[in-house]
Amino acid sequence: MMASFCAARSGCELFKSLRGSFRTALRIKYGTVCASLPQTNTVRWYSVSHLSVKERIEEKRRAALVGGGQHRIDAQHKRGKLTARERVQLLLDPESFVESDMFVEHRCSDFSMEQDRNKFPGDSVVTGRGRINGRLVYVFSQDFTVFGGSLSGAHAQKICKIMDQAMTVGAPVIGLNDSGGARIQEGVESLAGYADIFLRNVLASGVVPQISLIMGPCAGGAVYSPALTDFTFMVKDTSYLFITGPDVVKSVTNEDVTQEELGGAKTHTSVSGVAHHAFENDVEALLNLREFFNFLPLSNQDPAPIRECHDPSDRLVPSLDTIVPFESTKAYDMLDIIQSIVDERDFFEIMPNYAKNIVIGFARMSGRTVGIVGNQPKVASGCLDINSSVKGARFVRFCDAFNIPIITFVDVPGFLPGTAQEYGGIIRHGAKLLFAFAEATVPKITVITRKAYGGAYDVMSSKHLRGDVNYAWPTAEVAVMGAKGAVQIIFRGKENQAEAEAEYVDKFANPFPAAVRGFVDDIIEPSSTRKMICRDLEVLSSKKQTNPWKKHANIPL
Amino acid sequence: SLSLSLSLSLSQTFDKILIANRGEIACRVIKTCKKMGIKTVAVHSDVDSSAVHVKMADEAICVGPAPTNKSYLNMDAIMNAIRTTGAQAVHPGYGFLSENKEFAKRLNAEGVTFIGPDTHAIQAMGDKIESKLIAKAAKVNTIPGFDGVVKTADEAVQIAQDIGYPVMIKASAGGGGKGMRIAWNEEETREGFRFSSQEAASSFGDDRLLIEKYIDNPRHIEIQVLADKHGNALWLNERECSIQRRNQKVVEEAPSTFLDGETRRAMGEQAVQLAKAVQYSSAGTVEFLVDSGKNFYFLEMNTRLQVEHPITECITGLDLVEQMIRVAKGYHLHLKQEDIPINGWAIESRVYAEDPYKSFGLPSIGRLSQYQEPLNLSKVRVDSGIQEGSDISIYYDPMISKLVTYGASRAEALSRMEEALDNYVIRGVTHNIPLLREIISHPRFISGDISTNFLPEVYPDGFKGHQLDANQRRELLASAAALHVSAQLRSQNVHGPLRVASVPVQSNHWELCVELGNERHQLEIKKTGTTYKVEVDGGQVEVCSSWNLASPLLPLTINGTECMMQFRVRVLSRLASQLNSHMPEKVPEDTSSILRSPMPGTVVAVSVKPGDTVAEGQEICVIEAMKMQNSLAAAKQAKVKSVHCKSGETVGEGDLLVELE
Repeated sequence: MMASFCAARSGCELFKSLRGSFRTALRIKYGTVCASLPQTNTVRWYSVSHLSVKERIEEKRRAALVGGGQHRIDAQHKRGKLTARERVQLLLDPESFVESDMFVEHRCSDFSMEQDRNKFPGDSVVTGRGRINGRLVYVFSQDFTVFGGSLSGAHAQKICKIMDQAMTVGAPVIGLNDSGGARIQEGVESLAGYADIFLRNVLASGVVPQISLIMGPCAGGAVYSPALTDFTFMVKDTSYLFITGPDVVKSVTNEDVTQEELGGAKTHTSVSGVAHHAFENDVEALLNLREFFNFLPLSNQDPAPIRECHDPSDRLVPSLDTIVPFESTKAYDMLDIIQSIVDERDFFEIMPNYAKNIVIGFARMSGRTVGIVGNQPKVASGCLDINSSVKGARFVRFCDAFNIPIITFVDVPGFLPGTAQEYGGIIRHGAKLLFAFAEATVPKITVITRKAYGGAYDVMSSKHLRGDVNYAWPTAEVAVMGAKGAVQIIFRGKENQAEAEAEYVDKFANPFPAAVRGFVDDIIEPSSTRKMICRDLEVLSSKKQTNPWKKHANIPL
Repeated sequence: SLSLSLSLSLSQTFDKILIANRGEIACRVIKTCKKMGIKTVAVHSDVDSSAVHVKMADEAICVGPAPTNKSYLNMDAIMNAIRTTGAQAVHPGYGFLSENKEFAKRLNAEGVTFIGPDTHAIQAMGDKIESKLIAKAAKVNTIPGFDGVVKTADEAVQIAQDIGYPVMIKASAGGGGKGMRIAWNEEETREGFRFSSQEAASSFGDDRLLIEKYIDNPRHIEIQVLADKHGNALWLNERECSIQRRNQKVVEEAPSTFLDGETRRAMGEQAVQLAKAVQYSSAGTVEFLVDSGKNFYFLEMNTRLQVEHPITECITGLDLVEQMIRVAKGYHLHLKQEDIPINGWAIESRVYAEDPYKSFGLPSIGRLSQYQEPLNLSKVRVDSGIQEGSDISIYYDPMISKLVTYGASRAEALSRMEEALDNYVIRGVTHNIPLLREIISHPRFISGDISTNFLPEVYPDGFKGHQLDANQRRELLASAAALHVSAQLRSQNVHGPLRVASVPVQSNHWELCVELGNERHQLEIKKTGTTYKVEVDGGQVEVCSSWNLASPLLPLTINGTECMMQFRVRVLSRLASQLNSHMPEKVPEDTSSILRSPMPGTVVAVSVKPGDTVAEGQEICVIEAMKMQNSLAAAKQAKVKSVHCKSGETVGEGDLLVELE
């Protein structure tokens, strides 16, 4: 940060000395002048007053379209990155982009920033609205070629404007982040800009979906805008998110760490859980974002979208009848179940590499978007721990906020025991998932495929938390705990433990105890699961349920 | 034939049969048992507890854990299962205990019928050396240069030199291609001896080997025989099984294009002579090598039902399993040699879970996430023991199914085979359908110009997949583009109450870029109704379909011709394709200094340790998968940096084994 600041200042001083001669030229010739930036050797032409207003408009527009100039565009491409405008163009339907604030310029007058050559029409962000598959969306795309995409007051103002509009009409906001950070020359104005955006992120939360796609650096305070949005996606190898960069880390904690290790896509999608997905490159990321957008409603006033569907809603899935292994200790892949049940095996998994013991993501049932939550027996037996609880809770709340029905597949042996979990606060983190399921008023359908043990059974969208339809497969075991543990307590000291275990298994390791009490609505053939869920969703589409009035709930954060 | 089969099924045989096998052959036997009103007992390993054959049978007994020597080869457990269920007879299928005389003896001792020949014939024909002597005595043509049991590598070299290269080395006890290697010099003889004896030991528990003259460029043609316990024997024509990889059959047909009536009869009669010489009863197969001059040599006799028996059933109309059961019960054959017809033509493709791009097929494992057999087509028979959701595991043979098509002529059977392969949906495991499809449409195959060297001759550098001609490429590109556009249009089709109106892209003209391999093709596409007109590579293609985007099969009408497609091709808009050129190339891994497992399997031996210097081509380790031992060699001369596997460990495909410096 300091280094770039110094460079900028010394560059400015160099220019100060040239200012006089330019003035002279202007006064005499009323023509066009050329200012060359010593760092880049690019030549920029600016129109001066002899041009008509119309011509000046054209000039400004032309200048806005090239951002920081061809030289910087080339540099951007060389880094394997697209420009802000290319990204918008690729994200949105052809010719649907309606740009706003193309003429906005920064208002800084310190450090010779007020000079023409330091002004770029539109400043360092492209904003506007457009369509994705015909559906309205507001977009901002930070332009790294202009002052490294740094955030000026004007930049922030542009973003706030489209966010306000998005809130007014009820349409999602997509942010394409590629910014070196605050515009240091602007000082506190830049900080104020961040806060203005943060406030809008918070106000828009739960009103319109907000998505961040990190396509370059995003450091310091800037990271909190993506963190406040609903989904944060990253581009592998070219994007970074961190509070402080490797240099500061080194000076403060003496750790040696690379940018990639500290805040690269891999770190945030597998270790920190900050990002929800990472894509190979800019093009992949933007095309995937279009697919992702198709799942979302435009706002909290819209129902989950229903796309034309070619997959029969009454399709039977015979392979599910044998997917749960005979031995209850053996693992299977919950993704196999999800993919074979949803439309066209099309499952957009969120956070596939983080807290893999729970699977979350979007899919469609008979065309309608649904949110899927499933325990993953393949990883850590599908138990709930701190990370998986938080991962699941945030997803459930998103679905609930945006009217997306939730389908939960349960195979959970319980919460993960141990000091690491207890000290880490599994109690309050586990409570988040419980809270999220309990407060959700969207249609909730639950399928218990195998284990539903202990408190984790309650948590996983059980009947008791207002589950609308709760099914059990014949392999389901709803119980306080597994046979072995239970027998050690119930039959403590009894000689024939094996016999006791068999008795317990016979009594509890099946769906009947829950079914006779009405805690599951039916015991269904696994092969019919898709058919049943599609049918139920149709009925539940008119579900109306409200929670008591409150300012807001107090989820155990 | 209806009355015939009716009278057959009415003749009393057994009440209950146990099938000592798994997979497709167990299912195949159970089907006939059901037809004959016989109750069935399946045996299975623990991982097979929900397998298709288990579900099909009336009863099922678990005989042990997954490894075959603890379950399907576990005679004690199977004998127990027989006692528990009261099965009166056992059908052994093929492989496993089907040619194990010990098993047949134990059944005899307990008064249980073995559905197969008696132990004397199994023993006589099971031993490669004895079988040749018997064949010679029965005036059956045998391969020259035949010699005895081999105990050491030196002895192997001596024998090979006496016979003259090339020689073939294989296990005495084994059938098929397992444990079989060809050597052209002393070094290869030694290597072949080592591998074959190891494989023989692990597959058959019997490490004896034999070496014989290798006939270059031969055809593999076998005669199906059927004999009863009263000295009657028939030959049921031949099967052409020349299309092989690593000495295992891939595509078979009946009859053979190569045989004339006279040769067929000569082979058939010799096969029957041999069967009679060993008092053979039940179904059996006499394998011959046939050279270009139609000289045929006895290879071996398989004293069991053969994998490829369905094609014989298709052209003769017989149910071989039914015949085996009847014969085992002691009935006379009700047919005479002149009753055995050749009705039309049948072809069998063995569909395997394997990667055909690696030495024509290295095993692959996984879960069949989607699986659909082409049974909607007529004159198609699919023998399989799996279904959607089944796992193909490392423990057993990776065969998915036997796809059989038949017709009045070879051309008809072939064209049905093409259609059937195109309509076959397999997802979740790598499979060999691309190779099968390529073989059956190859001009040499179509003309019948084949030998056991067909695959290495036609694909000297390995199978690289179908090479599209210009027209096919255009059609594929056009179809991919049209599919892409219909998916894009579908994405705009959102129903429900819309608070903010949708503004779909109103266009009937698109510019797209399709990536095929490393090439990018620009194309333009126009839509009218459900038809797309595509300008591609200087030609125009018209593509029409119902565009069901949920189906794995895409029925298309291309320029008026109907066809079925399955593909995965990347389609980008022209803009995306242009911008794609700025995307950084991800550097691929340097494969010369790392060794990854080419398939899932077990590490049997690691021949290096860190710090060793290996020469290019030197063996680094040996992976065993599906009973095949595969030697992995160094790609360059280098020092071993690290070893990531140890003997006995299970490894997955792509797992890092050894790093070189």
